[in-house]
Amino acid sequence: MKQETRIILKNAGRIDPGSIDDYIAAGGYEGLRKALGMKPGAVIDELLEAGLRGRGGAGFSTGMKQRFTSKGCLECPRRYVVVNADEGEPGTFKDRIIMEQDHHLYLEGTIIAAHAIRASRGYIYLRAEYHQSIERTLRAIEQAYEKGFLGKNIMGSGVDLDLEIKLGAGSYLCGEELTMLESLEGKRGNPRIKPPFPAEKGVFGMPTLVNNVETLANVPLIISKGKQWYRQFGTERSPGTKIFTISGQVNKPGHYELELGISLRELIDHLAGGMREGKAFKAALLGGAAGTFVGPVMLDERLTYDNLAEKGATLGSGAVIVMAEDDPVHDILHNCLRFFRHESCGKCVPCRAGTTLLVRESEELRAEHPDKDGLLQQMLREAQIMASTSLCPLGQSPVLPLKSAAKYFADELTGRGRA
Amino acid sequence: MSIESTIRQFRPEKHNLLMILHALQNSHPKNYLTEEALSNTARYLGLTKSAVYGVASYYSMFSLTPRGKYIIRVCVSPVCELLKAKEVVGILEKELGITTGQTTPCGLFTLEHSECLGQCQEAPSMMINEKVYNQLDANRINDILQGFRQHKP
Repeated sequence: MKQETRIILKNAGRIDPGSIDDYIAAGGYEGLRKALGMKPGAVIDELLEAGLRGRGGAGFSTGMKQRFTSKGCLECPRRYVVVNADEGEPGTFKDRIIMEQDHHLYLEGTIIAAHAIRASRGYIYLRAEYHQSIERTLRAIEQAYEKGFLGKNIMGSGVDLDLEIKLGAGSYLCGEELTMLESLEGKRGNPRIKPPFPAEKGVFGMPTLVNNVETLANVPLIISKGKQWYRQFGTERSPGTKIFTISGQVNKPGHYELELGISLRELIDHLAGGMREGKAFKAALLGGAAGTFVGPVMLDERLTYDNLAEKGATLGSGAVIVMAEDDPVHDILHNCLRFFRHESCGKCVPCRAGTTLLVRESEELRAEHPDKDGLLQQMLREAQIMASTSLCPLGQSPVLPLKSAAKYFADELTGRGRA
Repeated sequence: MSIESTIRQFRPEKHNLLMILHALQNSHPKNYLTEEALSNTARYLGLTKSAVYGVASYYSMFSLTPRGKYIIRVCVSPVCELLKAKEVVGILEKELGITTGQTTPCGLFTLEHSECLGQCQEAPSMMINEKVYNQLDANRINDILQGFRQHKP
């Protein structure tokens, strides 16, 4: 039986998350103490060699991102660290678990990251719907100031950092890092053209490091225990663990911290308690709305970034939404397309018009249409055009669930599968 | 708290716009942003009224029309849909006698849809103002609404 490997969530449910003293007693802020004794470049090297990859979905090297930011715009008077706590990908709640159950962990990671890139100011961009996460993070920031882990001359090191929370207001798109920077500046959530990347020109035009909550939660562990310790978990190319959130038609939906390499079948049967009401597995949507559907043939594939990419699937944020034999795949695909229509900011015409068009065509697919195969092919073409002509990941996303649903469930989508 | 004193809790810096709009909306008994609130904010931050309106109308959590005392946000994400969110919406609409987007005549409740609330382990879910309610069914929804009607949320 596969089991969880809890390193990020080792404190979750075991310590009183509201008490900074409990966190310190459990070894907390040791990573920060150690990092402050290291040169910023040495901190980056450690993360780089540990092989940490961003946990927000894209999987980019965290150390590399920090190196770019530390070298971006050297004449700029200030640099910023921004925590992406705007978790909104459907089916994803890993960051909420960290923010509710062990918020000092990601706060400590944020302070270390700020030291690594020599940032003196930072923001936590948190979605306004996560009320408990907001209250707990506010309290944690207050406690960190009281203990001298934030503010001027942190732990006598000469390093300064001021950190504050900024709230989103219900826009999924603001979870995309360049759009988040616009929102942080108090503007509409329209994406920016890149380059320049945030490492060169981020919030208020200054070099900015944007990291996800789960990514930052890894940082104190790597610094305090070292890269060798960290690399014993996971695979060569994807070291460490990943928090999966599994939901839908399983008996024990929830969050599970795992070393990458488990199969979908093991995740469902060994951890999530099997299928609800003993029904047969039909499909899973991996990575949320901006993710991919997989059918039963994928049950024994290893859930790693690289293996899934080879098979045309994604791991993304770690969301696994499970559907049973009697769940219509089309309903969930339609839900995703409707979601993109709602969240499109309207800046790029192909996305603004395309997301609306896809919803209308999806409705036609469900109702009467003389050539459903042709219609599905047309939708795929349109989604592909959107992907090539939209600025940000939102316009680039509808093709993912659409193409993968068509790959595994074309008969059902076009009505051939029905009796 | 008056509009002016709510705004003045924040430094007059443009990046504070969203935080100010949140505070103004939360302090209004009808949970929305009035024209006066938007104009005063624009003046305080040195922005045009159209820029403030542009931001207020962009974000789905802000409302430019009056709403109820309690905003019910039903999650309609894929996971909640799999676990019968449509039934939840139906029960709420029937119980409240309104359709989604409307406010009850007594001014107590506004019913809205929300994208994923991140409560998927206990779907289907909804929020009422700042509190989350999970594993919804007809009985539980009735109990929750009853509590709010008796001002004991």
